[in-house]
Amino acid sequence: MKKFRADLHIHTVLSPCADLEMSPKNIVARAKETGLEIMGITDHNSTKHAKLVEKLAEKEGIFVLTGAEVTTREEVHCLVFFEKEFQLDAFQHFIDKNLTIIPNPDGYFGYQPIVDEDENILEMVPYYLPAALKTGINEIQKAVETLDGIFIPAHIDRPANGIISQLGFIPEGLKYDALGISKHSSQNHVRKHYVLGNKTTLICNSDAHYLQQIGEIYTLFSIEEPTFAEVKMALNRKNGRFTETNEEYNRSYS
Amino acid sequence: MKVSDLADKFGLTVFSGENGLGREVTGGYVSDLLSDVMGNAGENEVWITLQTHQNVLAIAALKDLAAVILVKGFKPEPEMLEHSTEEGIPVLGTGWGAFEMAGKLYAELEKQGILNNNP
Repeated sequence: MKKFRADLHIHTVLSPCADLEMSPKNIVARAKETGLEIMGITDHNSTKHAKLVEKLAEKEGIFVLTGAEVTTREEVHCLVFFEKEFQLDAFQHFIDKNLTIIPNPDGYFGYQPIVDEDENILEMVPYYLPAALKTGINEIQKAVETLDGIFIPAHIDRPANGIISQLGFIPEGLKYDALGISKHSSQNHVRKHYVLGNKTTLICNSDAHYLQQIGEIYTLFSIEEPTFAEVKMALNRKNGRFTETNEEYNRSYS
Repeated sequence: MKVSDLADKFGLTVFSGENGLGREVTGGYVSDLLSDVMGNAGENEVWITLQTHQNVLAIAALKDLAAVILVKGFKPEPEMLEHSTEEGIPVLGTGWGAFEMAGKLYAELEKQGILNNNP
């Protein structure tokens, strides 16, 4: 088993809140610089930059999980990832069908460009991407499961748009592969404070909106090789695969 | 004032939890953030919200609320209906928005001298 440095929550320039420097090209260059080996591309309710980042990252030997950060009807942010292009496209279709359309004239909420690998703007998305879907978290989880995806409620300890702030507590019976915690919080604190026990995998990600935030925080995956199936196994602690946040790693090895 | 009086007075749909229609109402709380309701709603209050997730009922039971009113024509999710009947906390519905519903409820409770106006 080898350890791979992963950051599974990275926005691109397509997210209105992300810096305009966050082009697929720049993200891959920065990830390379900081030694990231696995990256999750998670724009708000859009998968449309994920394949391009994957293509550019492949040349640098970085594995990309293609997905999105979905806003549920309850306004809980969840990371979702899919292995195959047809699954990613099917989920994009699910988003398109269920997204509440709020116009974003003149970049009122921030600009949302789709670019190519040379940073030419191909399209400006005319509606506000982070708006809530009309489907609730349970239904979205089921849709992800049907497409054999990975489902991770994001930054659960944040005072807004986390599963705890929006729903009070983690709903009984909700399935997930792991829970994300925000970058400045301690895993021990989150486990104790929200009474999570030790069975749930917690991962730390940068939630990068600026280039310098990429890889600032990471999670180490102990897996055979960087593939979708191996990452999913590690999140679910199957077949000897597991993850460590940098906090855990530093404690064990310092 | 009982939940059933409230439902009659404002023409609210009773989705579930008929066994709780006799609960007394002493106030109301309006919020769509469930963690906020957990921290701040009071016993026997009616919770006005657009959230339809099953956790709504779990929190209503935890806080011993009188009823939940879903606004703007929202309908409860199936799990919410189940919990409502189990806990005996009615889920009601209205086509009004939260602003109108809260205004009407507030005026009625004040008229009846039920509200404690100390913030």
